[in-house]
Amino acid sequence: MARRAGPRRARQQRIPWLILPLAAIAVAYVAVPFVALLQRAPWSDLGGLVGRSIVVDALRLSITSALAATGLAMLLGIPLAWVLARTRFPGRSLARALVTLPMVLPPVVGGAALLFAFGRRGLLGGPVYDSTGFLLPFSIWGVVAANTFVAMPFLVLTVESGLRAADPRYEDAAATLGASRSMIFRRITVPHAGPSIIAGAVLCWARALGEFGATVTFAGNLQGRTQTMPLAVFLALESDRDAAIALSLVLIAVSLAVLLPLRDRWLTV
Amino acid sequence: MKLRGLRLFAVASMPALVFAACGDDTGPAAAGPPAGNSTPEGDITVFAAASLTDAFTELGTAFEAEHPDVSVQFNFGASSALREQILAGAPADVFASANTSNMDEVVDGGAASDPEGFVTNRLEIAVPAGNEAGVTGLDDFANPDLLIGLCAEDVPCGEFGREALANAGVAPSIDTDEPDVRSLLTKVEAGDLDAGIVYVTDVMAAGDAVEGVEIPADDNVVATYPIAALTDAGNAELADAFVEFVLSDDGQEILQSYGFDGP
Repeated sequence: MARRAGPRRARQQRIPWLILPLAAIAVAYVAVPFVALLQRAPWSDLGGLVGRSIVVDALRLSITSALAATGLAMLLGIPLAWVLARTRFPGRSLARALVTLPMVLPPVVGGAALLFAFGRRGLLGGPVYDSTGFLLPFSIWGVVAANTFVAMPFLVLTVESGLRAADPRYEDAAATLGASRSMIFRRITVPHAGPSIIAGAVLCWARALGEFGATVTFAGNLQGRTQTMPLAVFLALESDRDAAIALSLVLIAVSLAVLLPLRDRWLTV
Repeated sequence: MKLRGLRLFAVASMPALVFAACGDDTGPAAAGPPAGNSTPEGDITVFAAASLTDAFTELGTAFEAEHPDVSVQFNFGASSALREQILAGAPADVFASANTSNMDEVVDGGAASDPEGFVTNRLEIAVPAGNEAGVTGLDDFANPDLLIGLCAEDVPCGEFGREALANAGVAPSIDTDEPDVRSLLTKVEAGDLDAGIVYVTDVMAAGDAVEGVEIPADDNVVATYPIAALTDAGNAELADAFVEFVLSDDGQEILQSYGFDGP
């Protein structure tokens, strides 16, 4: 996601013959299920299905919790990406593997692991609950915690690769000119990694918005408190397929509204 | 210049692919050999409700022992998900559902006929081992200080659980509506919920991590599990034989050892 010297020239390049059909298949592979979903959508009842309080509650909760999770992931993940990209310490590869673990772990298992760690009888959650009565599960904080756990790796990996691609000599030069370490981080490192931070944050937000398994396992499911859109969709699918499709369309529309303009922006930076 | 070709290709190929995908709705053609003799042989695929996982796995092994040339494959999942798969033409031979409404939809869709109830299941209150909250019955579900979970209204265990609470005249103070009975049980097992309403068989399957508190028969709800061979079964004779085995004394004995009651 680093700045590219000549995006226009890249676009005019001659395309190797195998690339086109493969790219077309890739697009079709994503597009066909989407078209099939649209084809099954209950267009005539859409207004009534989408205006229900369950949809409004779930959408509000999804958007706020995904935003909060992205904020938390940026607060913790950007420093972590910097450490992984710029320092050497024993166990660094272990740390990197650990950070990507939530990407390969089935989210339901991740949610159960969170429960065992931060639940009422969890490793950390137990002592905290006993002394303060504070409980993460069954609250919006539990949703944010589950979203952050699952989505943060997308931000960390993206920012780390952006930092690796950036030329460290700018930072060295700034240091020789007397800039303090925190000043270099704020004025050189972060601006250089800017596109990758935006890309990572968007990936993270999108992943958090669609999060289902870890959320339902760790935070539970209660309308207005912990029920996000994916949970509402899943449950609607049990009893009312039309409502489930209508809910999915709302989720897709919201994510497209955010992703399309952002994607164009970060690709043309 | 070449990009225009790409766009045309993508647009042109899409309807064809959609059409091809729709064509699958009719379901698989008969795959198994035509039934000629009385000893069934071949493979069958059984779609069964998640709550039947342990019992049906043992049933399958017993069925294979009785018919050495037969191999039984299972697909366990939420009855509603299985219903969707079957109606979309998944290659299934037998469907065992945890409630009658999902089976009814499969029958209405023309994918099965004449389902038969093969077991019943009762509800029970699940509490974490030790029952620290001191839950004694459905009345405790109204206590806002306890962490209470139910299955969501949309799934059978949630529907039945609410029915039992209504029978007992209790307005529950719910902290979570779990999407299925296993995920409710996980939270009770972990001690994150003080109580939840599950099936008798779930409490039994959970072992020492969970204790059961009985729901009196007057308030309790009995769930009937129906089974049917599917219309499009690749091997109809074998599918019928499996259903018969489930209903037989041997089959019932296995099911009852997992806490199910007779039909």
